[in-house]
Amino acid sequence: MKKLLAWLDNRTGYQKLAQEALYENIPGGSRWRYVWGSTLTFAIAIQFITGIFLWTAYSANTTGAWESVYYIQFEMTGGWLVRGLHHYTAQLMIILLALHLMQVVIDGAYKAPREVNFWFGLFLLLITLALSLTGYLLPWDQKGYWATKVSTNLVGITPGAGTALQKLIMGGTDYGHHTLTRFFALHAGVLPALLVLMIVGHVYLFRRHGITPKQPLRKRDEAFWPEQVLKDAVACLAVLATVLFLILYPRLTNPNAHLGAELGAPADPSEAFSAARPEWYFLFLFQFLKYFPGHSEIVGAIIIPSLVMLVLFLMPLAGRWRFGHRFNVGFLFALLAGAGLLTYLAKRQDLSDPTYLATLKDAHRDAARAQVLASQGIPPEGALALLKTDPYTQGPKLFAKNCASCHRYDGHDGMGGMPTDPATAPDLKGFGSVKWLTEFMDTNQIDSPKFYGGTKFKEGRMVRFVKRDIPKFTPEEREQLRKVIIALAAEADLPAERATNQMNAAIIAEGRELAKNDTMRCTECHEFRTKDEDATGPSLTGWGSREWLIGIISNSAHERFYGKRNDRMPAFGADNVLDMHAMGLIADWLREDWPLPGQTALRK
Amino acid sequence: MAKMEQVAPQEGQERRGFFKRLLAVVLGSVAIFTPLAAGLAFVLDPLKRKSGASDKLRITNLDALPADGRPVKFPIMASRVDAWNKLPNTPVGAIYLRKVGEKQVQAFNVVCPHAGCFVDYRGDMNSFFCPCHNSAFGLNGEITDKKSPSPRGLDSLEVEVRGNEVWVRFQNFQTGKAQKVPVA
Repeated sequence: MKKLLAWLDNRTGYQKLAQEALYENIPGGSRWRYVWGSTLTFAIAIQFITGIFLWTAYSANTTGAWESVYYIQFEMTGGWLVRGLHHYTAQLMIILLALHLMQVVIDGAYKAPREVNFWFGLFLLLITLALSLTGYLLPWDQKGYWATKVSTNLVGITPGAGTALQKLIMGGTDYGHHTLTRFFALHAGVLPALLVLMIVGHVYLFRRHGITPKQPLRKRDEAFWPEQVLKDAVACLAVLATVLFLILYPRLTNPNAHLGAELGAPADPSEAFSAARPEWYFLFLFQFLKYFPGHSEIVGAIIIPSLVMLVLFLMPLAGRWRFGHRFNVGFLFALLAGAGLLTYLAKRQDLSDPTYLATLKDAHRDAARAQVLASQGIPPEGALALLKTDPYTQGPKLFAKNCASCHRYDGHDGMGGMPTDPATAPDLKGFGSVKWLTEFMDTNQIDSPKFYGGTKFKEGRMVRFVKRDIPKFTPEEREQLRKVIIALAAEADLPAERATNQMNAAIIAEGRELAKNDTMRCTECHEFRTKDEDATGPSLTGWGSREWLIGIISNSAHERFYGKRNDRMPAFGADNVLDMHAMGLIADWLREDWPLPGQTALRK
Repeated sequence: MAKMEQVAPQEGQERRGFFKRLLAVVLGSVAIFTPLAAGLAFVLDPLKRKSGASDKLRITNLDALPADGRPVKFPIMASRVDAWNKLPNTPVGAIYLRKVGEKQVQAFNVVCPHAGCFVDYRGDMNSFFCPCHNSAFGLNGEITDKKSPSPRGLDSLEVEVRGNEVWVRFQNFQTGKAQKVPVA
């Protein structure tokens, strides 16, 4: 063995190299304050390790990026952990970088002869930020997509080459396959290679000039190994523990919480996500831009940040001046305090903005739903297609946009919001169910705002019948009414009531007969199961079924429904406001007819 | 090491020094092996993935097969789960079908059991021939040439004739082995 190592040393000189690496002298002995550089090296090592593993499963195209990240996060062994490590280590790296920079500036470690190494450090900072920016887009979720769009649009305002530069970064005129392939090549190829080059230079110069000892020296000199290595190892372990804590933290409060980094709903170019924000460490820039009115954003986005970077780069030179060091320290603290203040303002504004909070809530709902749908396998068109054809996702959005100015859904607009105008048409939550119809036929409820209270039918014959005639019903007639209600609700054939309908087959058959003959007087105005030219109210044949609902949404003034007695309901289909697909989504959603339960366990 | 031991250390100091070294190595290793271990579990994920034979698929009608027993190649379209994608009716392979009786059909996977190339049917030789390494197979799938690189004959598949329809259970087998072992 010894002989073999001697042979190897003779050919490579590794022993001298190891000797130099391990027994570098530390003036004044090992100290905790020297660990920051090593923790950064460790963080970068984690990023390379986890990054390469993630690379084995990531697919950079618009119908595969979100999908592959979904698969990594929810289906692959340890995927949540590898991705979580990558995500949170990236966040921690920013903090470690800030600490490292602060220490270097405060201790004056940037001064001669270490100027060049300081510049290497600043380049490393910039490369790290570029890695964060490019990595944010790769999952191709709503958050990354819309936040990154802002960044690339800002590139476009660069004077001169801006438009061309933006096109080059995006790989075309709009986001697409080549945006991802280019961002991925930058994120996993170009930037890491630059990072390694810079680190080699950084560490080489660090070794050349030695550590900047903090005066006064407290102990006698020590070698790097083992005292400083031990301190470094403990610090690295603390970094790892922090990252693991961040990954596992959600489980402390919620046993079903999804672990690791967040994955939003798949990017949807047709639906801007207004609550998209950059990573927290870019929030100050995001906030900063709010203070620059139109045409001057170039000042906030490019000129001022460039000047700040210039000042940082000139610090070693400024340090020669008598008060230079104080200026540098003061500038850095002012910069960090300013960034901190802007970050705080950005957070505070968001958290006190109801629109932002509501949008965020909708986004979480879509994200959870996308995961449920994706767990059944994703079609080649991608996960977005799943969401776009899902009534559970699209129904409430369409309802809020098209129906909620008059109708309500369980008292709200379908999305949980409250329209400003009062309800002037029935609440449609549970429409077609026995419960809905029972409440509708209730003397005390039919003319309430929940049903016909806001419509012109408040004075109509239906309300008159329910309020005047039903109270006079004998117990026997009440029993008949109950059967008619069950029979009419069976027309809707709601998925939720299919089982009970099967059990109630006899009652339904009886109720149908009662509805058809004059006993309950339904057919005085309504058509039911036999054609009736003289019917004035909506047809009860197939009442509440998918086809019936699409029909009434399409044109409620059709003689099958309200005819010329129609209140203010627009003809959504006949007037081409909504297409067949959209009306179907609304109908399916109202009928709670969606392929998978609204909420199921997110992790398989 | 020599540098460190210029002054003869006390016994207690030496023990403490050893302990520190050990601790530095152990803690450093834990820090770096944690992400490595997670990544290793991650990259081994395919080992837990399984595949199996398809359901029986309707391939063609008896009329489409020549009465003289010449083999005809058919693509296999089936639904397939490919990582995150669930693909309906997608190409998954190909088979040869040949009539061996009025209502009897033989089916072979076109994949050569040697190294996985697609074998051709050569009319001039009236046999199957692999264009990669020259494995040759008779019409019944058997190895005809002793020097054939293939370790076994063509892989036959389960066939069922339902009335006029030919149904086949499609399956892939591991290549390069003397035994016919399904890919699973």
